[in-house]
Amino acid sequence: MPKLKKWALLLLAAIAMLPASLCGCTGGTGHSGSDPASAQSGELPKGRGKMPKSVRAFLLLAVIAMLPASLYGCTGGKGSNGNSVTVGIAQDLSNLDPQLAKTAGIREVLFNIFEGLVKASPDGSVVPAVASDYEISADATTYTFTLREGVTFHNGNPVTIEDVVYSLERCAGSENDGKPLVSAFSNVSRIEATDDGHVVITLAEPSLEFLNALTAAIIPKDSGSTITETMIGTGPFKFISYAPQDSLVMEKYDGYWNQEKAAKLDKVTFKIVPDVNAMVVGLKGGTLDMVVHLPNNLEGEVKDAFTVHEDTMKLVQALYINNAVKPFDNELVRQAMYYAIDVDQIIDFVCGGAGVPTGTSMYPAQEKYFMPELAKRYATDVEKARELLAQAGYPDGFTMTITAPSNYAQHVDTAQVIIEQLKAVGITAELVQVEWESWVSDVYRGRDYQTTVCGISADDMTAREMLVRYMSDNQKNFINFQDEEFDGAVTRAMAAADEEEQVALYKQAEEILNEKAASLWIQDLCDLVVMDPKLDGFTFYRTYVIDMSTISYQ
Amino acid sequence: MKKKNWYLTIGIVLTACMLIFIAVGFFWTPYVPSAMSAGDRNGRPSLRHLFGCDSFGRDIFSRTLEGAGATLTIALAVLAVGAVCGLVVGALCGYYGGAADALIMRLCDAVAAFPSVLLAMVVLAVTGPGKYNVIGALGVLFIPSFARLVRGEFLKYRDRDFVQSARLTGVSDLRIIFVHILPNIWPVLLSGLTIGFNNAVLAEASMSYLGIGVSAQEPSLGYMLKDAQGYFFTLPWCTAFPAAVVILLILGVGLLGEGIRERMGVAS
Amino acid sequence: MGKTLLKRAGLLIGTLLLVSVLAFLAFSVVPGDPTDSILGIEATEEQRMALRAQLGLDQPIHQRYWSWLTAFVTGDFGQSYKYDMPVSRLVAAQAKVTLVLAAVSFVLIVVISLPLGLISARHRGGIVDRAVTVLTQVTMSVPNFIMGLGLMFLFALVLKWFEPKYVPLEDGLGAHLRFMVFPALAIALPKSAMTVKLLRGSILGEMGQDYIRTAYSKGNSQGSALWRHVLRNAMIPVVTFLAMAIGDIMAGSIVVEQVFSIPGLGRILISSIGNRDYPVVQAIVVLLAGVVVGCNFLADLLYRVMDPRIDGR
Repeated sequence: MPKLKKWALLLLAAIAMLPASLCGCTGGTGHSGSDPASAQSGELPKGRGKMPKSVRAFLLLAVIAMLPASLYGCTGGKGSNGNSVTVGIAQDLSNLDPQLAKTAGIREVLFNIFEGLVKASPDGSVVPAVASDYEISADATTYTFTLREGVTFHNGNPVTIEDVVYSLERCAGSENDGKPLVSAFSNVSRIEATDDGHVVITLAEPSLEFLNALTAAIIPKDSGSTITETMIGTGPFKFISYAPQDSLVMEKYDGYWNQEKAAKLDKVTFKIVPDVNAMVVGLKGGTLDMVVHLPNNLEGEVKDAFTVHEDTMKLVQALYINNAVKPFDNELVRQAMYYAIDVDQIIDFVCGGAGVPTGTSMYPAQEKYFMPELAKRYATDVEKARELLAQAGYPDGFTMTITAPSNYAQHVDTAQVIIEQLKAVGITAELVQVEWESWVSDVYRGRDYQTTVCGISADDMTAREMLVRYMSDNQKNFINFQDEEFDGAVTRAMAAADEEEQVALYKQAEEILNEKAASLWIQDLCDLVVMDPKLDGFTFYRTYVIDMSTISYQ
Repeated sequence: MKKKNWYLTIGIVLTACMLIFIAVGFFWTPYVPSAMSAGDRNGRPSLRHLFGCDSFGRDIFSRTLEGAGATLTIALAVLAVGAVCGLVVGALCGYYGGAADALIMRLCDAVAAFPSVLLAMVVLAVTGPGKYNVIGALGVLFIPSFARLVRGEFLKYRDRDFVQSARLTGVSDLRIIFVHILPNIWPVLLSGLTIGFNNAVLAEASMSYLGIGVSAQEPSLGYMLKDAQGYFFTLPWCTAFPAAVVILLILGVGLLGEGIRERMGVAS
Repeated sequence: MGKTLLKRAGLLIGTLLLVSVLAFLAFSVVPGDPTDSILGIEATEEQRMALRAQLGLDQPIHQRYWSWLTAFVTGDFGQSYKYDMPVSRLVAAQAKVTLVLAAVSFVLIVVISLPLGLISARHRGGIVDRAVTVLTQVTMSVPNFIMGLGLMFLFALVLKWFEPKYVPLEDGLGAHLRFMVFPALAIALPKSAMTVKLLRGSILGEMGQDYIRTAYSKGNSQGSALWRHVLRNAMIPVVTFLAMAIGDIMAGSIVVEQVFSIPGLGRILISSIGNRDYPVVQAIVVLLAGVVVGCNFLADLLYRVMDPRIDGR
């Protein structure tokens, strides 16, 4: 008998626990569910003979009534209350050190919290930020910055020249055994404060593009070791909290130096939502007010009820070809493959027609350098492809492998479409899906592959970066492209002090990549930002930035 | 109690239907499963495309047929690896006992306690994705449960009279294990196999969902479900039909196992 | 019995050691390198060599294992490569979430399966029994992520009973639990189906025993017999099953966390494997294995306590 009682009690306790713990939020309604339960519970151990009936009634009640009853009325209210916005992002944020931030996904969020001497503006140029003015010497080796008056850190302290010098030196590697945290700083030979308001940076080699690197965050002096905890910067938003794999919260910084461009929202939460369905449900269910980089295929899901902004991803997706292995060392084979595939169809199938064909290693946001005409050279022509293959000695085609990183659905999808298209010219391609880390170590670094679909972007968002990597001896030249003419053009472009000449030379290099079909350049993928229609003021930048300061409720 | 064994009847019928469905897929599909067609993109289920089309204009019916074949192959192969290894290990451990038994059982404990996702991820990271690698990775995971099941049964039988008398008459150990004892544990093993089959199908689906599994060129039902993820709301048929096949397949085999247990009087 | 327990506890620790060794060996054969996720894929070989030395990755594997083990037993789980924070802090935060999820799932399993199992055994062969049996079979056939997606669709979009956004504990226990009920349901439903089946079978098995017949012949009503004798014995396998199910629940949460975007152990385990963040993976593997082995131990213990027949072995 005592044992029996114990069981009954245990069962009851378990059942009772649930509604009780859920009631917290429900107010009155929750009790209606649990009342009959407690009334029944008194009877349980006593009425032995009649037990089954009462038990049955009670249990049925418990199961059917309890859950919904205790939950009912709980869910009103939208996720966004007051002047705050929740933004869904797919990628986790990790290692928040603003000067070390390597992935675009982190940089675009931190843009709101940290600023450099200069900061990116929507048109692709940089504008003064912590510095009020700058001057670049005629030979492009000396940069002089004037510290802006009245800039304060989020802790209220004014930004001093010591903070600036400390931050720049940290970028150059002062706390990392001399190895630069920001790669462009390897070109820095001296950083010096000339007085309380000016800092001079001297470069070893002339460079006009170094200015872009000075978007690197200015942080308080000696805060390097604790910066990922404190996250103190000078931007329009101040850091509040971060929970790995969950969210990053920031609030408006009232002391922002540029009151004209101060944040309009009081609070922004970046919510990490890796599952695409959860993202759609979040938008529809009202817990997400905005989603950045929504996968293209979900556009149809949300376009009726939300504002959709469309832009490109600022990368080049291609079937990258290992130029060093047979049969791909033959230019004719590569060209034949380029004629065999149908880029427009790929864009149609994979991105719903929203990507932009590139034809070379340059993306459209680099307006000055982008050459849309290159995308037209290899219009699909199966006959021509067969002819070229025959010339190359492969009249019946050949078999090959396409490696794709599994975690990027768009690359895997593109590979599948290419495989189907190549069948028309007798080329049998096999898809090898690998995990991202294996891709990095085997394909990208080990260069042990035949072809691969991936997207390549510029680390520092410069046009130069998109081209320099394909120079014969560059360590990032993972396609093993070897071409003297190309090397020459890029070398001269980098040294050019005249911008027009530089652009012309870079364009020449782009043409070579296209003509030689160094890889099958496909497209710059489509980038979607989806917002609650009540929200206004979103601007796309030419670089990886989600500027939340301009967004407001209408 | 002369009761009709509904489980067995329904289980056999359902399983047979699913097997016929899958067998057809091995020989014939209405379209080439990987063939893309611009005109049929996002097509709803219709007479031309019974299960509709996906975003590439591929026929879902053909792909489901092919995918079900891949899933069945994987599940059966996983079962074969797990059951055969588990049977041998469990039989030897249960029959002989001793230090080797203790050690192997600890190893089984360790493998069973190891997060299965990690183990599968490690195997597939080393070997790359693909049908055969998935089979290997999942097969290893299935060994401990079979080994434990078989070992338990052997412990029960090894000291029975008929075993002892066989031993006295000089029958070899291997013969005792496989000829004398094994037939006795057959019912238990059979119901274990049906449960194992279902777990293998479910495990493959989960692995695919987490992005570790077969490659897009040889899609299993699990991969198709993962692939259809972004289209759960716009193209529900991409999820619904493969999911229905998975569920019916598991349901059929589950009922079959239930029926076998009832028939043979095995407690689950 | 004390001696048996001690021996079992020793085996438990041995199993965990074996698991940790297996995990360490696994990392040594996997391609890829943690420096990629820290330095980015464009880092130079020198940068990566330096970082490897700094992380101690250039040492031979047995040395690394030994230093990990000695640190681990003193409670030092190391530093996450990727998140730049102590593993203990990272894992503790995520473990809390998974534990709540597992606890809610467990409660749901008990709440759903015990009544259903009792009813269906009591009315064996009736309509309710048939319905319950079919329902359990179907429930067990649904892959857990499909179940999760389905529940999310139904409860979040159609019925609007909950908001499909993870609510952290900091926002209040009630709100936290209320959110957790739905992902927990995705884990609990298939497990409940199995429990119902087990309980029903177990009760029916006990009903056939001689002593129950004796109880009948002594004039006990069926209801009383059911409660007093059958249930007590029938619960034994169920309780051990439930104790062992905790390990399965933790494993099941890996997928469900992904579906519902819950920052729990499963999610960080998967992303850490992807990033080759070994200290985090190692800690979680040992933790999860500890839970599984611990629950088996508990099941064993409960079995011994509840069933006096097994005593003394």
